[in-house]
Amino acid sequence: MLRLVISRLVSLAVTLLAVSLAIFLIMEVLPGDPAAIMLGTAAREDTLAALRQELGLDQPALVRYLEWIGGLMHGDLGQSITYKMPVSTLVAERMNVTLPLSLLAILISTALALPLGVAAASRRDGAVDRAVLVFSQLGVAVPNFWIGLLFILFFSTWLGWFPAGGFPGWSSGIWPAFQALLLPALALALPQAAVLTRVTRSATLEVIGADFVRTARAKGVDKGGTLRRHVVPNALIPVTTILGLQLSFFFGGAILVENVFNLPGLGRLAYQALNQRDLVVIKDIVLIFSGLVIVVNFIVDIGYALLDPRLRGRS
Amino acid sequence: MTKRLLTAALLFSVSVIPAFAAKTSLVVGMPIEPPGLDPTVAAPVAIREVTWVNLYEGLVRIDRTGKVQPLLAKSWEVSPDGLTYTFRLQEGVKFHDGSAFDSADVKFAFDRARDPKSTNAQKQIFAPIASIETPDPATVVIKLKETSGNFLYYLGWGDAVIVAPETAAGNAANPVGTGPFKFKSWTRGDRVELVRNPDYWQKDKIKLDSVTFRFINDAQAQVAALKAGDVDAFSNLGAPELFAEFQKDARFKAVAGNTEGEVVAGMNNAKKPFDDVRVRRALMHAVDRKALVDGAYSGFGQPIGSFFSPNQPAFVDTTNVIPYDVEKAKALLKEAGYGNGLSITIKSPQMAYASRSAELLSAMMAEVGVDLKIIPTEFPAKWIEEVFKNKDYDVTIVAHTEPLDIDIFARDNYYFNYKNDRFKAVVAEAAKTTDEKARYAKYAEAQKILAEDVPALFLFQLPKLGVWNAKVQGLWENSPIPSNDVTEVSWSE
Repeated sequence: MLRLVISRLVSLAVTLLAVSLAIFLIMEVLPGDPAAIMLGTAAREDTLAALRQELGLDQPALVRYLEWIGGLMHGDLGQSITYKMPVSTLVAERMNVTLPLSLLAILISTALALPLGVAAASRRDGAVDRAVLVFSQLGVAVPNFWIGLLFILFFSTWLGWFPAGGFPGWSSGIWPAFQALLLPALALALPQAAVLTRVTRSATLEVIGADFVRTARAKGVDKGGTLRRHVVPNALIPVTTILGLQLSFFFGGAILVENVFNLPGLGRLAYQALNQRDLVVIKDIVLIFSGLVIVVNFIVDIGYALLDPRLRGRS
Repeated sequence: MTKRLLTAALLFSVSVIPAFAAKTSLVVGMPIEPPGLDPTVAAPVAIREVTWVNLYEGLVRIDRTGKVQPLLAKSWEVSPDGLTYTFRLQEGVKFHDGSAFDSADVKFAFDRARDPKSTNAQKQIFAPIASIETPDPATVVIKLKETSGNFLYYLGWGDAVIVAPETAAGNAANPVGTGPFKFKSWTRGDRVELVRNPDYWQKDKIKLDSVTFRFINDAQAQVAALKAGDVDAFSNLGAPELFAEFQKDARFKAVAGNTEGEVVAGMNNAKKPFDDVRVRRALMHAVDRKALVDGAYSGFGQPIGSFFSPNQPAFVDTTNVIPYDVEKAKALLKEAGYGNGLSITIKSPQMAYASRSAELLSAMMAEVGVDLKIIPTEFPAKWIEEVFKNKDYDVTIVAHTEPLDIDIFARDNYYFNYKNDRFKAVVAEAAKTTDEKARYAKYAEAQKILAEDVPALFLFQLPKLGVWNAKVQGLWENSPIPSNDVTEVSWSE
C-alpha cells in the first residue's frame, strides 16, 4: 500500500511540472498583449510603454517562467495584472464559492444517481427502470447552462424563491449563501447524475448476473440482503472511476454555470482573466484546475485499492 | 397553473416589501466589473461608472446635460489670453480618511497624472499644462503652454479627479476620495459596496445611505435580476430585444437615452480599395442605417452621419450627406473600377451589436455587388492585437465610447490609417479655440468633412437603455460621460 502511494505521488509531481510548462508555452503563443488590452482604444505609445514596464512584460520568457515556478515553490502565485492584487487572495476568495458549489453538486449527483441506478437495475425493464432511462437520456442530452437558465426563469423570476444569481458571501449567513448555491449546484449536478445513473445501473446489472450472487441467493440470502452486501459494494468500483472522471467535468462545468448564475467562483475568474489576458491569473488557475484533477485521480487510485483488496498487491 | 404561480409570486413579493418608509439603499447593475477603483491610472470605463463623483470628485464636474459645473472648485477665472486658469477651491472639504483637501492635493494629483511614468489613460488632458502654482491652500493657478478650448471640460472627466498624496497609491483596491460615498467593501467578481460619507461637504444633498454596484455580464441574467428585484437599476441593459418588455411594465421605468458610443465600421484607408473615396462613399450609400438600427439594436439607436454624439452641444446632423441609395452606390463602384463586384472582409467582435451589424452590413453590401465576408474576431484581445495594433484588416466594426473623441481621425497611426490634413487642422483649431461659439463652428466643420470623406462607415449612436424600479428618482437618462452618478438619487414614497 505504501509503495503504491509513493509511486503515485512521484508521477503526480512529474505530471504537474509538465503541465506547468505546457501552460506557460500556450500562454506565450496566445495572441493579445495584456497592456494593450487594458488601455484599449485609449492606448498611446507612451502610456503603453509605461504600463508594459509596470507589469514586467518587458522581461524575457525564460525569466518569467522561472519567476513563476520559483514563486509557486514558495506558495506565491504572483500578482493579478488586472486586479493588481495577489492571485492567492483572489483564488482563496473564489474557492469559497467553487469548492462548496462542486461539493454540493457531487453530493446531489451521487445522492440521486446511486439509488436510482440500483433501483432501475434491480427491477430491470420495469416501470422504474424505464422512467430512470428516460430521465437519464434527457439529463445527458441537456447541457447544464441551459438547465441553469430554466431554473432562473422558473424559481427566481416566476416564483421568487431563489436569487436570480450572484453570491452574497458566507458572511451574510449560511442560509443565504446556501440558497445562492443550490440552483447552480443542481444545474451542475443533473447532467452528471444522469451519466452516473446509467453507469450505476449497468454496473449493478453486471454484478447481479455474476455467479457469486446466484450462489448467495441459492444459499438463502434475500434479495435486499444480496443487493446490500454483495451487489452494491462490487458495483461501486466502476462507479468510483466515473465519479473521479466527473470531477474534472464539475470544474469545467462550473465555468459555464458560474457565468449563468453570476457566481464569483474560480471558473468565472478564469473566464474573465482569459478575456482580459490576465496571463498571471490564467496560468495559476489552469494549473490549479489541472492540479485538482491530478490529485482527484490520485485519490481515486487509492480508493480502488481500498475497495478492491486485489489491487493492493499490484505496482 | 401559470396564473396560480404568478399569484403566488405576487403575494410573496408583496409580503417581503415593507409598506412604509422610503428606501435609502440602491443596487445598481453593471455589465462589467472594474479591474480596480482608481480612474486615474487605467482606461476601463467600468472604473468611472462606479467611482466618478460618487467616490472621487474633480475640480469641476460634467452635469447630466454635458455642461461643465463647479465641484471642488467653487469658481474660476480665465485670463484674457486664455493661458491662466485661477481656481478658488471649496473649503472645509475632507478626504474619506479624514485628511483635509487643499490646493496641494490638486497639484499632486495633476503632477502625478502627467508624469512620464503615469499610466493615466487620458494624459492629453494634462498635456497643455506648463505649471501648477498654489499661492494659498484655497487657490490653484494653472498656466497653459497653449490655449485649450476643452480644458475645463476635460477636468470634469474621471481621469482628472483629485486624489491625496497619502492614499493615491492604494486607491485601486482601497479608494479614498472626497465624494459623498465612501468605499465599504469589494466582493471581487460580484459587487462593490459604498456607504454614505458622514463628513461630506454637501451632505444635505445626498439622500441614499448606501449604494451597491453588482456586476452581471449576461443579458438574460440582467433581466432576471431586475425582475427578481435583486437589482434596482441597470443603467444600460445588455439586451435591446428585451427592453420593450420593460417599457410596458409599470413596475419599471425604461428610458432609451444617448451614450457617447458611436458604432462605426472603420475602413483601412491606406489599403486598396479603401484609399479611393468613391469606394468609401459607395459603401456608405449601400447602408440603410434605419434598417441596421432596427435589426441590430431593436430600433433603439440613433443613425449618425459623422463621428459626434448628439449629447454634445456642437453636434450637427449629417445623416443626409451620404444617404441610403443603392443605385448611386453601384454607379460609384463602377466609376471606381469595381463594376464587376468587389470582395472584402469585415473583422467583427463578438459583442451582439457588432456581430448583428456585420451580418446586416454583409446583406446590404450584397445588394450593390460587394461580397463582405465576416471574420469573427474576439474582443478585446484579438481585436486589439490584429486590428488596433497591427492594422491587419479591411473593414471592422466597434463602438467608440469616449466623449468628444472626434480627434481619433486626426491621430497618426490610429487604426483607420486615415490622413486628411485639412481635417487635422480643423480639429487642432477647434481644440485651441476658447470662444465657445467659434469652437462649436469648428467642430461642425470637422463633422462635415468626415461625413463627406467617410473614413469609416458611420452607423449609429449606441443608446443607453436604462431600466430602473419606477420608484427610483434622479438617475441619468443620457450618458454625456461614462458614469453611474447616484448623488441625486432617491426613492419615492
